[in-house]
Amino acid sequence: MGGAGFQVGYAGAEMFVFLAACAVLLGDLFLPAERRGAVLHWGAIGACVLTAGIAWTGFGGGGFDGEPAIALNGFFVSSPFTALMKTAVMLSVGGSLLFSRRYLEGAGMLCGEYYALALTSSLGMLVMVSAAHLLPLYIGLELMSLSLYALIALDRDNLRASESAIKYFVLGALASGLFLYGASIIYGATGELGIAEIAARIISGGGEARAALGLGLVFMLAGVAFKIGAAPFHMWLPDVYQGAPAPVTLFIAAAPKIAAMVMMLRVLVEALGVLESDWRPMLIILAVASLAVGNITAIVQTNIKRMLAYSAIAHSGFIVLGVLAGDDAGVAAAVFYVIAYALMTVGGFGAVALLAGEGKERAELSDIKGLAANNGVAAAVLMVLMFSMAGIPPVVGFAAKLSVLQAVLAAGLPWLAVVAVLLSVVGAFYYLRVVKLMYFDLPEKGAVALPVLPRGAQASLAAVGALVLLLGIFPGKLLAACETAARLL
Amino acid sequence: MVSHSLIVSAPMAPLAGALAAGLLGARLGRAFAHWCAILSVGWAFVASVLIAREVVGEGVVFNFDWYVWARAGGVSLSAGFLVDNLTAMMMLVVTFVSLMVHIYTVGYMAEDPGYCRFFSYIALFTFAMLMLVMANNFLQLFFGWEAVGLVSYLLIGFWFKKASATYANLKAFLVNRVGDLGFLLGVGLVLAAFGSLDYAEVFAAAPGVGALASLPAGWDAATVICLLLFVGAMGKSAQFPLHVWLPDSMEGPTPISALIHAATMVTAGIFMVARMSPLFELSETALSVVLMVGALTAFFMGLLGLVQNDIKRVVAYSTLSQLGYMTAALGASAYSAAIFHLFTHAFFKALLFLAAGSVIIAMHHEQNMAKMGGLRKKMPVTYWTALAGSLALAGLPPFAGFYSKDVIIEAVGASLAPGANVAYWALTAGAFVTALYTTRLLMLAFHGEGRMDDHTREHIKESPLTVTVPLVLLAIPSVLIGAVTVAPMLAGGFFDGAIVVGEGRDTVAMALEKMGGASWSGMAAHAIYSPVFYLALAGVAAGVWLYSGYPLRTEMFARGPIYRALLAKYGFDDFNDWFFAGGARRLAAVLWRRVDAAVIDNFFVNGAARLVAMSSRAARKVQTGAIYHYAFSMLCAVALVLAWRLWLR
Repeated sequence: MGGAGFQVGYAGAEMFVFLAACAVLLGDLFLPAERRGAVLHWGAIGACVLTAGIAWTGFGGGGFDGEPAIALNGFFVSSPFTALMKTAVMLSVGGSLLFSRRYLEGAGMLCGEYYALALTSSLGMLVMVSAAHLLPLYIGLELMSLSLYALIALDRDNLRASESAIKYFVLGALASGLFLYGASIIYGATGELGIAEIAARIISGGGEARAALGLGLVFMLAGVAFKIGAAPFHMWLPDVYQGAPAPVTLFIAAAPKIAAMVMMLRVLVEALGVLESDWRPMLIILAVASLAVGNITAIVQTNIKRMLAYSAIAHSGFIVLGVLAGDDAGVAAAVFYVIAYALMTVGGFGAVALLAGEGKERAELSDIKGLAANNGVAAAVLMVLMFSMAGIPPVVGFAAKLSVLQAVLAAGLPWLAVVAVLLSVVGAFYYLRVVKLMYFDLPEKGAVALPVLPRGAQASLAAVGALVLLLGIFPGKLLAACETAARLL
Repeated sequence: MVSHSLIVSAPMAPLAGALAAGLLGARLGRAFAHWCAILSVGWAFVASVLIAREVVGEGVVFNFDWYVWARAGGVSLSAGFLVDNLTAMMMLVVTFVSLMVHIYTVGYMAEDPGYCRFFSYIALFTFAMLMLVMANNFLQLFFGWEAVGLVSYLLIGFWFKKASATYANLKAFLVNRVGDLGFLLGVGLVLAAFGSLDYAEVFAAAPGVGALASLPAGWDAATVICLLLFVGAMGKSAQFPLHVWLPDSMEGPTPISALIHAATMVTAGIFMVARMSPLFELSETALSVVLMVGALTAFFMGLLGLVQNDIKRVVAYSTLSQLGYMTAALGASAYSAAIFHLFTHAFFKALLFLAAGSVIIAMHHEQNMAKMGGLRKKMPVTYWTALAGSLALAGLPPFAGFYSKDVIIEAVGASLAPGANVAYWALTAGAFVTALYTTRLLMLAFHGEGRMDDHTREHIKESPLTVTVPLVLLAIPSVLIGAVTVAPMLAGGFFDGAIVVGEGRDTVAMALEKMGGASWSGMAAHAIYSPVFYLALAGVAAGVWLYSGYPLRTEMFARGPIYRALLAKYGFDDFNDWFFAGGARRLAAVLWRRVDAAVIDNFFVNGAARLVAMSSRAARKVQTGAIYHYAFSMLCAVALVLAWRLWLR
């Protein structure tokens, strides 16, 4: 790794997002009312894409092809891994915003605050991704989370949204508390907060304070598991996903998962990697519980958002499976999975947000009966996404599941792979039911058909669908990038 | 210089064309759809010509992996292309016939509401077939194999509102599944035996393969693999007893019969066996089976062509019989002769089908030859091209079919494989039958008095240019291609490297020696000394005598048992319906009541579903919506893990 000087150039992406958030707030004040929505919308999306570009190319240092380096006096790490994850985060945020506008306009929520909060939240995620130290990791986490709480509650007159914001806030605070408590125990045991330093100290210290370290590990893991939505720390997730306005759900579901996975990798694999024999059994419990709870409970859901929330829990289980393998292949699989997951989620909740349409949410499963007849493109894309989430080849979800399962097998846990596959079969039921409802059922009598999507929305949905398909048929490039990233965390 | 991207573009262009025609055709119109398909297939043809020029002309062999789709257990599953002389020739045949059929379709399907869908399918078929012949590994071969099967299914049932069409496509699909299962098992065994799916690696390791742990002791791995692969070929190339689907597939539109069920897809099995020659050469047993199946198919299916009245079915049975000839050649290790016959057959059989289609248009979709006759005067182009195709099929020198068929018969005669004797006589007798049914078709459709009603008679006219131009373009190779290419393809070591023939088994060379070398004139002159030639002439003469004048002189046979057996197609369909379809239904009824409903459904499926439903209801109850319950469960989880860590170890 490079030197630990200040070298602020490495943090180009973070600074750019911060400036963009400020610019959005200012623009909100000074732009003429009739053009404000469009300018803010496209400006924020443009900023996301530009940030992704900066993170990937490493404007001012770093980037995917750059040398791994520690900057900002040891608080900040830049590597191919951070470049890939930041790019993924920013593109997910951009995609989430892209599908939000129709709903926001209808609900009267299209204002500067929405975009500013989205951008500060993504700033938090970027800080988390690049944190080389527990403090910035925590600060990033809180910046991300506080922005999300505010985003959910943005529509103050919406009772359900306010309820879920409070739930998320209280439980999130509890999780943060657990995480901080664990971090303080680790600090007590090692005297360090830097991630690399903790790892080094544990190795040099031998077996001393092993009990304290284990204690700290449990608490930190609880906090991380909450953020990634793994059972049994998942209970907030269905309520929040269902209660939040559809675009916000879309936002929460996609990018923050990437940041949470990075946090998990940093804490477990990097800082406490030596304790692998301690955390692996816990992760196995988390993974199996998530797969079981997610897939089985999703079956009885009648609301699409809630169903997708449970499906997200199941996906978290798969991500955890990749992490628990612990080696490069496992990390690469987890990275690939989380990127595929973010892409599928942007498409899936994006379609929901578009169809939920103009303020009045229509997200019951019965609403999409016969969708194929009047919204052919949306139905086709949703079908591809459902196949992908269920893990049916040749779409990207299959490649992702396959690489995770391979990592699990390589780690010597064949029974775990079998359990994961069996629970995925259970999951296939509710994914395919969506396809059945869209293509084989007729709309219910007296039901008002969902609005036909405008051309632009159809095109952007189709682009996501095509990407899911293409990455499934040609996963090579992305897999190679994930492998590089996993080698150079 | 041919680049890899040019090679990749050959199959990909039709795929793009198919997608464009299928997805956008409905919106952008018929002309758009047919131009998309025709231009993309045209590009594939041009690319094939460029590639063939380099591969055949300069002896370059391309073998590269395009991309790796996945790796599993040390096996890499990739899309890759192998282009050698064998592939280059197949590419030319596939793209040329496909292009002709595309052009022909513009005229033939002009009034069909499914026009764009049709173009999308046939371009997709071209893609699938090219992927099949260009594969450099078994997985992609299987991909192409299944893909052509799928498109064939879609096209046989193209007029899906017709009950007979949906029956036929289901039948084709099910029969092919039997073959495909064997094929898949064969591929699986290849993987088990060699640990690789790449042709080059498998063929290099093939001679060393002996017994296999996954097979019972005493079974020869090569024999089992080859027999299983050949089951696949029997399905796709419609060999006895898996031939039953091909005649019914004539329910599809005629261009499809020409492209898929005559010239290309059905030859996939022949191609596959030739490609696998390094494996087949290891097993005399497998080769003998191939030889016998082929010879039986060639003779007995030819006989069936004698009693059919549907013009397309006659051509269909002749296809079965000709595929039998090719298969028999494979069994006699005369791979190059088989491929040579495949090559010539593709042209004249496509021509005959398209000519039949032209007649069908003129007759307002009447396919019964008993209601035709005398079309020669009114449809001169169709008649003369059909005549050229028929002479080629009957195997009269110097038309294309003569060269390939005579070499096959002589090669089987020269073969020392067990059963070659019987096969030789079956094939020789088949020459008479072939000539007879071919002549019958010409006599009934084009000669004699017209037997159609007056309304139809008035409207008979020659077909439009989009129909007749492909006919003429196919008639030229039907006449000439055999004479032109016989020497280079059979004698010049054309398939060296692509096809392997065992020591002392080079039956093609032996046959050529007997026929006085591979010169077109010499072979034609030698025909006078061979019984095959006289049998073919006798077939033509018998056909002219029997089928000129109405009522037919064959009425005397009409009540005989042989005639009835032929009409019932030896009872295969009835047997299949009774034994397989009926038996399966009876067995299924028992299984359904006793096993499925009682045990599986009630206990496993519904039991598991009830379990899942129960647990999901329980999980739902836990989800109370109350924030303190959530916090409580989080803390409980932490406490449990802590307890587990601190006390239980």
